[in-house]
Amino acid sequence: MPVFSDPANFDAYVSGFMWILKMTGASAVLALVLGVLLAAMRVSPVPVLRWFGTAWVNIFRNTPLTLIILFCYFGLYATLSVSLSDDINLNNFWLGVLGLSVYTAAFVCEALRSGINTVPAGQAEAARAIGLTFSQTLRIVVLPQAGRAVIAPLGSVLIALCKNTTIVGTIGLLEASNIMKQLINDNGDQVILIFLVFAGTFAAVLIPVGYLFGWLANRLAVKR
Amino acid sequence: MSGNPVLYDHPGPRARIRNAVLTVVFGVLILAVLYWIYRKFDEKGQFASVLWEPFLKGATWNNFIIPGIEGTLKAAATAMVFALAFGLVFSVGRLSDHRWISVPAGIVVEFFRAVPLLLMIFFISYGVPFLIQQPVPPFWSVVIGLTLYNGSVLAEAFRAGVHAVPKGQSEAAYAVGMRKSLVMQHILVPQAARAMLPVIVSQLVVLLKDTALGYIVSYPELLQLGVNVLSANYGNVVAAAIVVAILYIIVNFALTSLANWLDRRTQRRGIKVRAAGPVVDGGGGA
Repeated sequence: MPVFSDPANFDAYVSGFMWILKMTGASAVLALVLGVLLAAMRVSPVPVLRWFGTAWVNIFRNTPLTLIILFCYFGLYATLSVSLSDDINLNNFWLGVLGLSVYTAAFVCEALRSGINTVPAGQAEAARAIGLTFSQTLRIVVLPQAGRAVIAPLGSVLIALCKNTTIVGTIGLLEASNIMKQLINDNGDQVILIFLVFAGTFAAVLIPVGYLFGWLANRLAVKR
Repeated sequence: MSGNPVLYDHPGPRARIRNAVLTVVFGVLILAVLYWIYRKFDEKGQFASVLWEPFLKGATWNNFIIPGIEGTLKAAATAMVFALAFGLVFSVGRLSDHRWISVPAGIVVEFFRAVPLLLMIFFISYGVPFLIQQPVPPFWSVVIGLTLYNGSVLAEAFRAGVHAVPKGQSEAAYAVGMRKSLVMQHILVPQAARAMLPVIVSQLVVLLKDTALGYIVSYPELLQLGVNVLSANYGNVVAAAIVVAILYIIVNFALTSLANWLDRRTQRRGIKVRAAGPVVDGGGGA
């Protein structure tokens, strides 16, 4: 592997994927929290909250992520001067995480909502019959079962999120896809090798993760 | 369950008061956030009429937005046709009884599903020119990238659809003497395609949104012309981004509604599709 035997190139490769990993981790946590809140809002008894959740999902699910990330940079940062960190790289990182979380939360919310629909009505009715409130019904009875039903879709959302982090490269963060572009431009004679290494890294991680979630979904599914 | 209140009791007098209080509290909270955004915009002079005026002129639409929409739709339509063909070929390939067909088809599908679309588009537009010694037009790098990714997703969707067709269908076809290829052509694929129609349409939404990646390789689509070029002319990037986002939302919302309607229709017909592989759809691309 002539390109990657150069330590500078190898370091660039590692740092590119470290950004991907960090962005995936941070956005996954934020998107999960936001998504659960949004899903709870969409089934809540308060109409304003239902509208808010619905509006969020329809707006962010139907906007291209590239546009959201660009808006985070040109709109929030450059025009409205919302700065999330003094370090330029960290600032881009957090702007990217913000855009990714806001976008992915809409998908998490929809996945959870379809999970809530798979929980038999009798479960919620029984919970109400013994006097549980809405939030107790949701927290103790419905969401745990819904969560176990949507492990596979949540896995696809996580995988999509990991792949989508490459788009933050648009606002100048040197993540894997930007590094690959640089390496290709500098080493025109080894483009196939470079592509296979970068694409192979994604495939080697994400394909097993996909099967892991499939296996988990089977194991944890609520047997009815 | 959403919509029809199974999760909470029919509100009595106390619950009604509590809901009213919560409505007011959250309403005020949301309005406060909106007001804060409004103030922030106002502070930076984002409501200046000079920034929004261009959208009232025909020239802005004729020069930037309409050609942008055309570029987006052209790439999306071309990629959709290719992706459907790719998906059909590779799903049938993966279902083949011959291992020398099914294994390579499976590897191709799994690989292209796992690689970020942007990485593929970068390879096609920056790497492939080194190999073929001539530049790849941005249109084709976007279309080929979209085809490989969405085609692979569709291949998995078709496969799930074929598995969802009741076993009796193919057994009956074999019993009347059809061969495997005939069973595929006349019995399984038509029923699977119909059952998978909602998935196909929602994948079209993903594909349409993903054309926005063309921005990164300077393909003149809606994001490139409507936000980048337009705001370079009028200096109104926030306004342009909001207008373009609304356009995307309108188009995609219409397609999503179509998908949901088709979904309800097929559910009424009683064909139920379950996940065949470990991961089916639901991720949503860029």
